[in-house]
Amino acid sequence: MLRMQPFTAHYPTTLDDVTALLDAHGASAMICAGGTDVVPNLKHELFAPEHVIHLAHVHGLHGITEHSDKITIGSTTTIDAIASNNLLQTHAPGLCDAASHVAGPQLRRMGTLGGNLCLDTRCLYYNQTYFWREALGFCLKKDGTTCHVTQTGKRCVAASSNDTATMLICLDAKVDLVAKSGLRTLSLIDFYKADGMKNNVLSPGELLLRVHVPKADSTIKRLEGFAKLRHRSSIDYPMLSVGVRFDVDDDLQIKNARATLNALAAKPKVIQTDWLTGIRLDEATINQLADYTYARCTPLTNICDDPDWRKEMVRVYMKRACQNALARLEARA
Amino acid sequence: MTSEHGVGKRQRKIDGLDKATGRTQYADDIALPGMLHAKIKRSTRAHAHILSIDCTKALAIPGVYAVVTGEEMPVKYGVIPWTKDEYPLCVSKVRYIGDAVAAVAAIDEETANQALKAIHVVYEDLPAVFNPGENPDSKVNEKAKVDNITKHVALTFGDVDQALQDSDVVVDNTFVFSNTTHTPIEPHCAIGDYNARGMLTVTSSTQVPHYLHRALAEVLELPENHIRVIQPAVGGAFGGKSEPFDLEFIVAKLSMKTGRPVKCLYTREEVFYAHRGRHPMRMHFRCGASKDGRIKAVKSKIDIDGGAYASFGMITAFYAGQLLTGPVGFDSYAFDATRYYTNKPACGPKRGHGSVQPRFALEVHLDMIAEKLGLDPIELRKRNAVPEGSVTVNGMQVGSLGLAECLDAVANASEWYARKGKLGFGRGLGVASSMYISGTNYPVYPNEMPQCAVQVKVDRSGRVTLFCGASDIGQGSNSVLAYIACEELGVELDDVCVVTSDTDLTPVDLGAYSSRVTLMMGIAAKEACREIRMKVEVASEIPLGPPFSKGERQQAFRAAEAKFGALCATGNYRTTPRGGDYKGGTIGASPAYSCTAHIADVSVDIDTGFIKVNKIWVAHDCGKAINPILAEGQIEGSTYMGAAEVNLEEMVYGDDEVRRGMLVGPSLLDYRIPTSMDTPPIQAMIVEKPDDNGPYGAKEAGEGPLHSTIPAIANAIYDAVGIRLFELPFSPNKVLRALQEKERAH
Ligand SMILES: Cc1cc2nc3c(=O)[nH]c(=O)nc-3n(C[C@H](O)[C@H](O)[C@H](O)COP(=O)(O)OP(=O)(O)OC[C@H]3O[C@@H](n4cnc5c(N)ncnc54)[C@H](O)[C@@H]3O)c2cc1C
Ligand code: SF4
Repeated sequence: MLRMQPFTAHYPTTLDDVTALLDAHGASAMICAGGTDVVPNLKHELFAPEHVIHLAHVHGLHGITEHSDKITIGSTTTIDAIASNNLLQTHAPGLCDAASHVAGPQLRRMGTLGGNLCLDTRCLYYNQTYFWREALGFCLKKDGTTCHVTQTGKRCVAASSNDTATMLICLDAKVDLVAKSGLRTLSLIDFYKADGMKNNVLSPGELLLRVHVPKADSTIKRLEGFAKLRHRSSIDYPMLSVGVRFDVDDDLQIKNARATLNALAAKPKVIQTDWLTGIRLDEATINQLADYTYARCTPLTNICDDPDWRKEMVRVYMKRACQNALARLEARA
Repeated sequence: MTSEHGVGKRQRKIDGLDKATGRTQYADDIALPGMLHAKIKRSTRAHAHILSIDCTKALAIPGVYAVVTGEEMPVKYGVIPWTKDEYPLCVSKVRYIGDAVAAVAAIDEETANQALKAIHVVYEDLPAVFNPGENPDSKVNEKAKVDNITKHVALTFGDVDQALQDSDVVVDNTFVFSNTTHTPIEPHCAIGDYNARGMLTVTSSTQVPHYLHRALAEVLELPENHIRVIQPAVGGAFGGKSEPFDLEFIVAKLSMKTGRPVKCLYTREEVFYAHRGRHPMRMHFRCGASKDGRIKAVKSKIDIDGGAYASFGMITAFYAGQLLTGPVGFDSYAFDATRYYTNKPACGPKRGHGSVQPRFALEVHLDMIAEKLGLDPIELRKRNAVPEGSVTVNGMQVGSLGLAECLDAVANASEWYARKGKLGFGRGLGVASSMYISGTNYPVYPNEMPQCAVQVKVDRSGRVTLFCGASDIGQGSNSVLAYIACEELGVELDDVCVVTSDTDLTPVDLGAYSSRVTLMMGIAAKEACREIRMKVEVASEIPLGPPFSKGERQQAFRAAEAKFGALCATGNYRTTPRGGDYKGGTIGASPAYSCTAHIADVSVDIDTGFIKVNKIWVAHDCGKAINPILAEGQIEGSTYMGAAEVNLEEMVYGDDEVRRGMLVGPSLLDYRIPTSMDTPPIQAMIVEKPDDNGPYGAKEAGEGPLHSTIPAIANAIYDAVGIRLFELPFSPNKVLRALQEKERAH
């Protein structure tokens, strides 16, 4: 078995203790929620924290609550709890669907939403043991100087691989970040940046506290669809994760739409959808959106060795996500 | 012939409860007082001279007890006596990324890891060889006499070229089988314990304790009678633990150096480097048939990518040809197979050693011939069935062989005749068949001694103990011993104790490979039990066996002990000469041959290229199922493993500049074994055509039922969407491209 390097473990029980610890240890500290990403990464020696701060015993970080206009999810809520939550099944079924596609059952029971949204970016050249990376000659993101995907010494394009982010961005979710110095709220898409080295804006000392998912406006129907490309029907990270959301009226006229692709590069990719407003959601529109998306995506060799096939899958999975959204209409009826 | 509570009964395994409740001790569960932990420094170069190894910094780390390098064990080993070509730790050069260079024993694994990083190795790169035949001037392994060839075999039976010319239809294609590995869930683990009396005990998760015993003596230069090898419960092997590995010598040597027990547990990555999995093969096949559906000729040329060491490779080159001549027979046959050394982890025997690859090619060709002749593929196979009790074109003596019964079983269960070709575009059915050995008549090293022996001892209490060197690797051979004791002595399962695979306690068995254990151990066990039974029956004048109350039985045992002394007996299995009368004709010679047929129901997603196996029906003739549950388990497990090789599992090596020769993703995340969600429903059916050479008629069930899974799925894909795929695995990108090409061609 791979072993971890030594570190000091902390088990705080209050949020104040967490922020104090984060403040005290800064960049030498690492948060561990479910640990399903942290532990393998530590075993691969991708991080060498001196302090690991466990969130498992912290009060008040966990749970799903309903407000008049939104649903709030605490950061340590497990992926499994999200997938099976009744409130979310009613108000954000696409999110439940995305959550149910994360990893496998055991990992969903350990893994949390906060951990999923803060998941480290992934790459075939990076998520490997120290020995393997040493034989490779390392890479820019860790211990090396060159990116083997972009073939430069400047840019890392490791893939953002979290399935829930795909759908939450479509739902215009917001995140609360907290530090000793205070709280800030960002829309989820602005939480991410296009840098594979570290693809979010969390500063040392900061913690993702909760996620706000707006409810649908009662005057429209919000149709949410998710589709995921993976080799196996469980466990595997996405090679492509696609989310769509269409706000439609009774005649299926689109009032508002969102489309997001994940696992392509470091930042989830938002597809422009203004042009869909006013169009009817039907097979032709779906095909149009699929073609439009296809023309705007360039998969890399970061997580799959056949970018041409992956590009073709962009079209197919965009269609499937849309069809899943349409199917919700029938499910409602 | 079979009783209520012995042979033929559906019953539990004797070790099932302990495994299910977590009581079973595997090698890594063992902790000895004062035990140290070993880690192995591995090569980051594919092919290089070792200029120097500096261990001084490592030795200076507190908690590090010893370091060992190749010079300290400069004796080569190898499971086949003619191809000993590897050292426990590389001497002077490394041959693949992951090759073992040095090892450390330390107080714990963390300290050992730290020490590995402190060992400084200086390499001088050599031109590397990544594909068979490439770069012949750069010698991967000195054992190769010509170029980088481990073994070349060319055998011809009859006038194949003439027969091909005379054929009415000829099919000619090149097939590629990629690299797959065993992935036992238990990683290799070994503990060495050298005591003050000069006695070495090695406990290892091996499937060949006897071969390990011999190799330890040779490499460590110790007398064999100063070595004891113990194989505890093994968590899967599938051929991946069927020869000695670096760690077994390393823990022994480090224990000799430190005077403490030393354990080494591979990481998952190291299991991938140890490999010995399925050989990649590029196979050119040419097959001819007459109008009436008679297979007249089969001719193949096969290039085998062996990796850095020989392993069983010499045999692999033979098996690639020798094991193909049944259950569908042909009039003439020629094969020409060459195994090459390359700078990659060594390939070896994976479930269905050597023959799974060409079986894929041949069975797809049979499908193509059937189509060209307008014949049902099941009918084609039946017309060419090797008759029972006959000799194949290459001289293999076949006993029972239930080809027609297996084909009928899968055809009926799948409603083949009603559904084949009628499932619409995108879904189809495919059939294939195969035959496999139940052990080989020749031991790996030539000797006159039995291949297997069993001792039985009966206690006055009524308890029966069987001793045997055979390796239970999860397949249930320990339970088979117990069932035979129940059958022969009328005792109950809970009255039987089984002691196996400990060279101090048990008579030799050669190991769990070549599907030999049930047949050979079964005969030895039966013989030993029969002797006891005779004594008991003579002494007590009651015939043993049920119905027989516990009290009566104990009385009978006591009467026998009073008359004959302690009740002990031995049984042996010896092989007789068999096979073809030509050089190499003994390879592939088996006491008995099993037979399998598969039908697969497959859907193809034409937008993505993903294939989905909806169901597999498999019928296997194992002669006699000693316990049908275990036989079905083997049939299902084999089929699962074969199906995995169709579209998911592949050891991918980098072909870009930076990853040349590197295994891309040596982990269970990147090497994708199917989850339960990816596993089709499998209907396993047992066909029993008893063979005179097997115990109670039994033949093998552990490897044969893998073979025809793969071509059955390939043939079903053709039925579904009309594309022939010749290169495994059928990953979605390849399937999609083939579909697009077909579209363009129209
Ligand atoms: C085999 C395998 C397959 C997987 N497949 C998928 C998949 O298909 N899709 C997918 O999306 N994920 C997948 N994952 C990743 C992972 O399991 C999930 O993303 C999970 O939700 C992560 O949550 P966690 O609580 O375990 O995260 P952790 O491992 O605890 O943390 C992950 C990262 O987030 C940081 N972090 C955690 N919580 C917070 C917080 N509140 N504030 C700030 N930073 C925080 C940690 O420091 C760390 O960097 C897979 C993992 C494995 C091992
Ligand atoms: S994208 Fe480049 S730098 Fe980033 S992890 Fe992959 S190889 Fe390394």
